[in-house]
Amino acid sequence: MSKINPEKMITELQELMGDKLQVGSDDYFNWLIINPDAMLGLMQCLKNDYGFNYLANLTSVDYGDAFEMIYHLYSIPDNNKVAVKTRVPAEAAQVDSLVSVWSTADWQEREVFDLMGITFKGHPNMIRILLPDEFEGHPLRKDFKLER
Amino acid sequence: MLQTEQYTINIGPQHPSTHGGLHVEAVMDGEHIVDSIVHLGYVHRSVEKIAESRTYPQFVPYTSRLDYLASHLPTLGYCQTVEKMLGVTVPERAEYIRVIMAEFSRIASHLLFVGSLAIDLGATTGLIYCFRDRERIMDLFEMTSGQRLIASYMRIGGISHDIPDTFIPAVRSYIADFPKMIEEYEGLIVGNEILQARLKGIGVLNAEEAIEYGVTGPNLRACGVEYDIRKADPYGIYDRFEFDLPLGSKGDSWDRLLVRIEEMVQSVRIIEQALEALPEGDIKAKVPRIIKPDKGSEVYHRIESSKGELGYYIVADGGEKPYRLHVRAPSFVNLMVLPVISRGEKLQDIIANIATLDPVLGESDR
Repeated sequence: MSKINPEKMITELQELMGDKLQVGSDDYFNWLIINPDAMLGLMQCLKNDYGFNYLANLTSVDYGDAFEMIYHLYSIPDNNKVAVKTRVPAEAAQVDSLVSVWSTADWQEREVFDLMGITFKGHPNMIRILLPDEFEGHPLRKDFKLER
Repeated sequence: MLQTEQYTINIGPQHPSTHGGLHVEAVMDGEHIVDSIVHLGYVHRSVEKIAESRTYPQFVPYTSRLDYLASHLPTLGYCQTVEKMLGVTVPERAEYIRVIMAEFSRIASHLLFVGSLAIDLGATTGLIYCFRDRERIMDLFEMTSGQRLIASYMRIGGISHDIPDTFIPAVRSYIADFPKMIEEYEGLIVGNEILQARLKGIGVLNAEEAIEYGVTGPNLRACGVEYDIRKADPYGIYDRFEFDLPLGSKGDSWDRLLVRIEEMVQSVRIIEQALEALPEGDIKAKVPRIIKPDKGSEVYHRIESSKGELGYYIVADGGEKPYRLHVRAPSFVNLMVLPVISRGEKLQDIIANIATLDPVLGESDR
């Protein structure tokens, strides 16, 4: 696959996704900020049409009223990169699972579920991975009380 | 008709071949593994939560304890991430010393890999030879940082101490002895017939599956994928060095061993070049006493650690502590393929597979 042009890719994705997609960038990444309901479709498109075959990292941030999911994608061997973000409200902390797109999402999503308490729709095995099963709460949430 | 049923064998968490607290539940049908379930978290200490209550410099020692077998690499990754957020340029001398230390860490980690693989497969002598040579690297670390295993030598903006006068001769003598060490491993470990029989064709991972599962580092290169962050996305001054990427072809346990042996040779090449070019000068950039990256700034920075892609994702809120810090641990992600590569193999093979995936539990459990 030839090296893709990031600007062209973003224009095409904007046409495809309409107002569900906002774009931004910093010194290191182009950001695709997507509505949670369109996230799975965008990810499939990025993998199948733009060659982002390597999901390097996925993680979450607690912003109080909302959770943000961040995905860092790369392509091997083209070496393109892009970051995708999506926000879900704190009271409905659920996003689509990406296990069907990249198998590597499996444990990484379980980790987010375990520590941050976001559930992933369609994940085959949504159980804790690092903490014991009987643990209560999700430690990376900002409202988690540390015992002294 | 004789009735048979599947049964479960628990490997670990307290077992030498699991390299720390790893627990694998192997579901067996006779002698063959049907499935293996990995249980993590025995050394989980919630490093990411701890980071939120420490200032940026205070977190440096915690990163050393992630991958304690190559402790310079995770600290390097963390310091570079914070430097990226602050826009700090590290002095040249510090950059070169960092590369020397990082590559020695890689060699130390790979030496432990080779030695522990040998002892996991029953060859105790192999471990002793590798530890003998790793010991000299530990001495080098002690010379510079005062610490052998968990050095915490990198600082945000540079390194903690300049190298002493005795350091460079010691490095040169190590480099001079290195080809002989490799020769010994080749004869004693790589050339061992039993070891070859235990590793060849075992734990085969193909390239597509490896990328699909996010496997990185030597494990990915053993599948024949030419991908190394030092080349693909160079950080620090890695674009100045000449080195090759050793590749495997089959992606089996045997290739994972050979790739690491060859990688040590390449690391020595990098160290030689870094020694040649090592300039005089400062070892630490001017960094504010209280580090406060701008509110809303966030960085994902990744380095090629001895295990694979080690990434840090940091979000700042304008305070002196990170708002959120995430560690993308290569050991954690690499371990995900253990059930995939062990399926249909025998119980003895899963031991070899764990050893050749080279997980460090301090890093995977965080």
